Amino acid sequence: MLDVRTCASLAEAAGILSGDRQALLVGGGTLVMRDVNEGRLTDGTLVRVTDPALTQMSLSGARLELGAGVTMAMVLARPELAFLHGAARAIGGPAVRNMATIGGNLFAPMPYGDFTTALLALDALVVVQSGYGAGRPVPLEEFLAARERGSQGMVTALQVPRPQNPQHFHFRKISRVKPKGIAVLSIAAHLPLAGGRVAQARIAYGAMAPTPMRAKGVERALEGRALDAATLAAARQAALEGTRPETDAIASAWYRREVLPVHLARLLAGAAR
Amino acid sequence: MAKHPVQFRLNGSDRATFVDGAENLLNTLRRGLGDFAPKYGCGQGTCGVCTVLVDGEPHLSCLTLAVACEGRHVETASGMADGPDFHPLQAAFMDHFAAQCGFCTPGMLTAARALLAKNPNPTRDEVVEAISGNICRCTGYEPIIAAILAAAGSSGARRA
Repeated sequence: MLDVRTCASLAEAAGILSGDRQALLVGGGTLVMRDVNEGRLTDGTLVRVTDPALTQMSLSGARLELGAGVTMAMVLARPELAFLHGAARAIGGPAVRNMATIGGNLFAPMPYGDFTTALLALDALVVVQSGYGAGRPVPLEEFLAARERGSQGMVTALQVPRPQNPQHFHFRKISRVKPKGIAVLSIAAHLPLAGGRVAQARIAYGAMAPTPMRAKGVERALEGRALDAATLAAARQAALEGTRPETDAIASAWYRREVLPVHLARLLAGAAR
Repeated sequence: MAKHPVQFRLNGSDRATFVDGAENLLNTLRRGLGDFAPKYGCGQGTCGVCTVLVDGEPHLSCLTLAVACEGRHVETASGMADGPDFHPLQAAFMDHFAAQCGFCTPGMLTAARALLAKNPNPTRDEVVEAISGNICRCTGYEPIIAAILAAAGSSGARRA
């Protein structure tokens, strides 16, 4: 049977989650309740957390801290987070955005996880708490690799370095259904320009691997270069490096590989303008 | 397994019932409380036919734990009419033939109601965005959009 425990504090929830392998944190429910409805999740304990710390946001300073229970709608309500609005708006319709949390999005299986893709290009850190005690910040890329291996821990917050110039952050979700559809793929790019040249490029893909991934070949092709035609061609050449897309009802792996370089080139051409 | 007691306000009336631990709000509304306006469509958050308002905001009741609604205000399309008088959105849906098979209608009405509560003069694009999480499998989107825009106009507001 599946039961629910409601925890008033994060520490209590972390204790249950580390002591019970069949316990699962439920946030907005858009991932967990789907598994319940479809009969994939029938045993164990769903852990609900009502601790207000889970939805706190601290938005001053260069590194923003957002509680894992912050919803997409909460992100959209804050003008300080305007650079994340494109990615938050790409998630579902209004009802999903009122429920889906930024912490939950880290666990969304392919082809979902568009918001996480944006965070990956921003070098976000994930605060993970295992058992009692303080949370430990882990780079998002490391967290996603551990997720693929199936490791556990409770995500309590996300730390997001604020881009110095929000104009240098770009996000695109490619879907076939308008205005809203599931991702064929998504691309996030943080391209800080110093003297007309890219410095510390970060490119992330959603739906091109089992978890959102960094496109390191593209980053190398862009690093230290001006966004001219030759650089764009080199970036496009490196677009598919490290990708492991899957075939699903939205698109085949072949199609995802075919269209990714096109959309990447469009995004970079837009950034060059 | 023990049942969990839950109390919330449903369409303005206090209601209390017992639910299974992981029971979703949609089952509680339909099986426990006899409110059949929200429907079970996909069960995965894609179709929007189970949309209800929780504290005024649209939520998908099939993905919401019933116990999470303790003490909150839940509103469904059943609560929109005032006795024999339709809500302006319901009247506009009738006038514009916006219900074809009707299965998506309660979700569409609820999504539109949430939009107009916040934004009484929506543009067409804002209406499209507001119902972007609701699928009409008859593909009758144009009459639905027209009805929502007309209902906004009928409240005496300027149409954008």
